Amino acid sequence: MSALPRTALSPLDVAALRRDFPVLSQTVRGKPLTYLDNAASSQRPQVVIDSISHYYETTHANVHRGVHTLSQQATDLFEGARETVRRFVNARSTKEIVFVRGTTEAVNLVAQSYARPRLVPGDEILISHLEHHANIVPWQMVCEQTGASLKVIPITQAGEVDYDAFERLLSARTRLLALTHVSNALGTIVPVERFVRAARARGVPVLLDGAQAVPHLKVDLQALDCDFYCFSGHKMCGPTGIGILYGREALLREMPPWQGGGDMILAVSFTKTIYNELPYKFEAGTPHIAGAIGLAAAVDYLEGLGLDRIAAAEHDLLEYANRRLATIPGLRFIGTAQNKAAVVSFTLENVHPHDVGTILDNEGVAIRTGHHCAMPVMEFYGVPATARASFAFYNTRDEIDRLVAALLVAREMLG
Amino acid sequence: MDLKDLYRDVIVDHNRNPRNFRQMPDADRHADGFNPLCGDKLTVFVKLDGDRISDVSFQGSGCAISVASASLLTESVKGKTVPDAERLFGKMHDLLTRDDADVDVESLGKLGALSGVREFPARVKCASLCWHTLEAALHQQVEPVKTE
Repeated sequence: MSALPRTALSPLDVAALRRDFPVLSQTVRGKPLTYLDNAASSQRPQVVIDSISHYYETTHANVHRGVHTLSQQATDLFEGARETVRRFVNARSTKEIVFVRGTTEAVNLVAQSYARPRLVPGDEILISHLEHHANIVPWQMVCEQTGASLKVIPITQAGEVDYDAFERLLSARTRLLALTHVSNALGTIVPVERFVRAARARGVPVLLDGAQAVPHLKVDLQALDCDFYCFSGHKMCGPTGIGILYGREALLREMPPWQGGGDMILAVSFTKTIYNELPYKFEAGTPHIAGAIGLAAAVDYLEGLGLDRIAAAEHDLLEYANRRLATIPGLRFIGTAQNKAAVVSFTLENVHPHDVGTILDNEGVAIRTGHHCAMPVMEFYGVPATARASFAFYNTRDEIDRLVAALLVAREMLG
Repeated sequence: MDLKDLYRDVIVDHNRNPRNFRQMPDADRHADGFNPLCGDKLTVFVKLDGDRISDVSFQGSGCAISVASASLLTESVKGKTVPDAERLFGKMHDLLTRDDADVDVESLGKLGALSGVREFPARVKCASLCWHTLEAALHQQVEPVKTE
């Protein structure tokens, strides 16, 4: 992100676009809300909320089923959303875009439908020490089911995935590499292109956890050339309960369905069922139609602002936050990778992160405190928890000043 | 809501200088408490003389509320009989969780400093962890206690 040609971009009009987000204008405990918990979940602009209301008010019917007008309209919107997402991440075909509940479900689908039938005892799944629990536990489960084993690529003190160690761990028994694109706990941007190239050169398929990447940097799946890519709507200004599994068409075609039910079949009798085409084979039951429509509205909104301008604005916030937070005595940065998304994880000497969280909340400042669903990362740094401020393009330098002021209150009170 | 209601001077003091913060190798009873979400972790040690708690101590790490609450607990139950300590646990439970609790805060002494925690629901489990852990120690419970 630091290499972006910022001078060539006209900056975002943050004051104006903040008005697109109704939630941001409220007060919390008598103070203006300072929402710095975007890595947990972002907020939604009015256009996303309106797209969902409008759908329920005017169009709702079940998709892929009826010949009646509303069903056809709902189907058009739902499939239109799939095309919007395909274009957004530059996949080859909408057959490769599967609607799921979120990143977690996408990883589980691949673990159970792709990995489980293929793995035998002695096989290896490779992940990194940086992963979110959602990219650890599904692999542990499939290892338990098949007798395969889980190998973990170490990280450096800065919080970067150790590439040399990765090359050493890549073995003849490696059956899949599952790697985060951007760390939720530390903000590290992993140079996944390098990892994907090396793995695929050895015939090892790659799954990337893109939950933290898609909202903040331009993702081009044809250029990345990974086999699976997973992300969630709610971290990119879209609804909760909707997410995407991208899968390379040749692999998806070979995979058995994950769940059975309506919509994923062409014909059912008691002796034989013929499964539907891609991507419907993986979408059993009535899907989250409104979620998909809202997600497409979020994509349109982000593209309207421009991912390059979003990345530039967030990088500016990150640099400002790093500079300002460094002035607080006793503050220790956790994760100092060269290339980072706008996430700052830290501890404050003698003040437990949960006390930091409560004191900041009292000042209207919302951050995440805890282990960030990445307990192995906390263990690596020898801390039970951290405080994490994560920024979105609608945040401002003033809000970072409020964060700093609130941290000084915490230090004064308990430090 | 004033933060000073939560972080009263007594609590800040007991967090900075926790009392009876030590291992007890000759303890008659001990139990572990753990809040996985917060990472609060503590062990409570008890020495019994008949049904009287002759000594009590704790070790562990956690937020200011959990450390201060455990420190205050050790001061308040030392010398009490087991039934008296359990009655106190009942009162603390009411104080921390029930808006309508008819608890005489004065009678709790320094423990009354925790009455502000009720206004911060996310933090109630921090204050109650040590009490549940004491209860487990008194009943020789083997599984670690959680208040989440």
